[in-house]
Amino acid sequence: MRFERREQRSLLLLVGAPFAAIVVALALSGILIAIAGAPVLEAYRRILIGAFGSRLSATETLTRATPLMLTGLAAAVAFRARLWNIGAEGQFYLGALAVAAFGSQLLAGLPGPILIPVLLVIGALAGMVLILIPLWLRLRFSVDEVVTSLLMNFIAVLIVSMLVDGILKDPLAFGWPQSQSVADHAMLPKLVSRSRLHIGLAIAVVLAFIIAFVQSRTVFGLQSRAAGLNPQGAVFAGVPLSRTLFKVACLSGGLAGLAGAIEVMGVRGYVTTDLSPGFGYSGIVVAMLANLNPVGVIFAALFTAIMFVGADGMSRSLGIPTYIADVTVALSLLTMVVALFFTQYRVRR
Amino acid sequence: MTAPVLEIDGISKRFGDNLANDGISMALAKGEVVALLGENGAGKTTLMNILFGHYVPDAGSIRIDGVELPTGTPRAAIRAGVGMVHQHFSLAANLTVLENIMTGTEKLWRLRSGTTGARRKLLAISERFGLKVDADARLGDLSVGEQQRVEILKALYNDARILILDEPTAVLTNIEAERLFTTLRDMARQGLSLIFISHKLDEVMAAADRIVVLRGGRMVAERKAADTSKAELAELMIGRRVTRPVREPSAPGAVVLEARNVGVRIGGVERLQNVGFSLHAGEVLGIVGVSGNGQAPLARLLSGTLARTSGDLLLYGQPVGNLSVADVVDAGIGRIPEDRNGEGAIGEMAIWENAVLERLPAYASAGLVDRKAAMAFAGAIIEQFDVRGGNPASRTRLLSGGNMQKLILGRNLSQRPRILIAAQPARGLDEGAVVAVHARILEARKAGTAVLLISEDLDEVISLADRIQAIVGGRLSPPVVAEQADARQLGLMMAGDWDNGSEVAHAV
Repeated sequence: MRFERREQRSLLLLVGAPFAAIVVALALSGILIAIAGAPVLEAYRRILIGAFGSRLSATETLTRATPLMLTGLAAAVAFRARLWNIGAEGQFYLGALAVAAFGSQLLAGLPGPILIPVLLVIGALAGMVLILIPLWLRLRFSVDEVVTSLLMNFIAVLIVSMLVDGILKDPLAFGWPQSQSVADHAMLPKLVSRSRLHIGLAIAVVLAFIIAFVQSRTVFGLQSRAAGLNPQGAVFAGVPLSRTLFKVACLSGGLAGLAGAIEVMGVRGYVTTDLSPGFGYSGIVVAMLANLNPVGVIFAALFTAIMFVGADGMSRSLGIPTYIADVTVALSLLTMVVALFFTQYRVRR
Repeated sequence: MTAPVLEIDGISKRFGDNLANDGISMALAKGEVVALLGENGAGKTTLMNILFGHYVPDAGSIRIDGVELPTGTPRAAIRAGVGMVHQHFSLAANLTVLENIMTGTEKLWRLRSGTTGARRKLLAISERFGLKVDADARLGDLSVGEQQRVEILKALYNDARILILDEPTAVLTNIEAERLFTTLRDMARQGLSLIFISHKLDEVMAAADRIVVLRGGRMVAERKAADTSKAELAELMIGRRVTRPVREPSAPGAVVLEARNVGVRIGGVERLQNVGFSLHAGEVLGIVGVSGNGQAPLARLLSGTLARTSGDLLLYGQPVGNLSVADVVDAGIGRIPEDRNGEGAIGEMAIWENAVLERLPAYASAGLVDRKAAMAFAGAIIEQFDVRGGNPASRTRLLSGGNMQKLILGRNLSQRPRILIAAQPARGLDEGAVVAVHARILEARKAGTAVLLISEDLDEVISLADRIQAIVGGRLSPPVVAEQADARQLGLMMAGDWDNGSEVAHAV
């Protein structure tokens, strides 16, 4: 038996592969659920009910998917150009922190319709600043950005920790290390009333389509793809490698920073060191599940959010640990890698 | 003379349409150093890979001490006493020297590894052959020369009696190379038999007892080092020119590109020195030379991907600074890179994308790519240049080498360039594609394009070029008129003997 490169990839294969991967992942984690002594199909039904069973749970799932879409896009645009930004988590926190600082004090006097877009831009800029350090190290000294961008995450969280216990500390929080809240008129409008779902979801979806357009239709998109696929060939064709990577980095870091800003302005209102349950890292998984396709990121983020939110409900009614959500998402990532392999290769005996 | 330790008998190997080895027979005696000489693609490495069991030959047999060696298993070759030092070392950078040498020598299920015994054996070998090395040093910390020594020690550790070295000096400095050859001579004196692969005339003359010359997969000659000369070897290696090409005479026009004392230094090493040439409109200037003598930096310099560190470059008579790729493309300079797959095209991108990538501004407005115009351009290239095996939207990787080269040629020539920089334009192509590529280049010449043809293929240069310069060690020889040059003279030029070669007719 050997593997042979496929000459042509059919559309059915490309679209079908991710779904096949998720089905296989669900089947595999079904084995674990069975071992835990629960009925498998019932468990998956509970997950769906937990994620979509009521108006509240459905809006919660979409609220959870919003930052995942943005960090997923952050990873997808960077990875497409082979810029390994593992630092979305830190960029998320820095975006959140910047919004908390400017939205609670410095700019709180601005009227809402001006303040909200300004804060979103500030959040994105904060994310960009953080990624430029690893980028500069890579371009100047060829330091692997996988390591440096990852390490920046810890630095970012420590900066958050310092500030929410320092100058940004909310004096009314009974001593808890949390930042002051952003002004009420800086909070994002709700998408659905009496829920936590905010217009951040719409922003994320629109951005996904804009990025898809940019990647397929613009000079920048073509050049960043060339830089990622074959840097040497890109240089020969006159693609300015450093400048292209700089733009890609700004886009990626900006999206992750925006995710943090939107999470603060849409849901929490303030920053703590546990604002993110790993949104930055999950974004990498989301991007890989989507095969780096920006529109695919929307669906991959939804799937991941369904698993995490739904698993809570399942756990409560069947007594299975919520870790099963982590396991299923992780398994689906592995099956996705295998599925992607089979979109490129066929088996010959 | 004693019975040979190694006999290679009638080895043939075919890859697709390419007959890499064609009935090659040779023998190796105990204590002998044989050089396998030939140009790139002559079949040297294929033959040695067959000997070492990496490839299975289509025909022929190999005998070691008279016993037939089973083909296709490196393990059997190692057991029979064959050791191979690869051009690209097969060592792990983060293991120590000792660990690297022991890798593969011990059974997996042994719980303890016999480090002490191995260290003793390694020390004994290193002392016996004068190959000093620190057994506990991390391999990645060693210089390339030292790493090569480890690779040799590894072969000796496996009790090799026949040692094959694939282009051992390719990665070494001159001093390291000299030291290596001293070691090799010493090893031969102690009864080892050695084969080294090379395309450098100086070193085969200096180090080998006997020289086997391969050309186009055939063994064309066998000479004792004492009975031959560099000039003869060059001629044997390249082959005698018989046919003169159909190249219509042309009247070269004005000088369009001129280099004066151009130098390029990379990382403290002079890659090009005092390079001078003048390229006229409507002529082909051929640059011949043995691989690795500065062809790549010269092509990159003129393609806009490498900056010069000294000298002047005049484009259409005007002095210019260091050119970017965009400057080069805008100035009407077409470029055919040496490495089609690495530089010339991005395989995973569509044909239309590769067609316009280097001139995107012309196919875009306000940052948006004009896909329709780009597709039409790609379609026109496909039609005019007979690119087969794909449409504008299909992935470029699906094209064969020849068709990919036609695409690259097409995207350059359809813009009617005033200058064409062609580096190894026909390398690795089948005969039909070679003819097509050559015809296109001559067609461009006729239309007034100035062509700089950098090639290691002497046939190609002689059949296409009006004037020829040789590149040796980053320097260019004075030009000679192609009609007045023969293979022997070019061989001398390629060996760097143009200063004292009074027979060389210098052209203006």
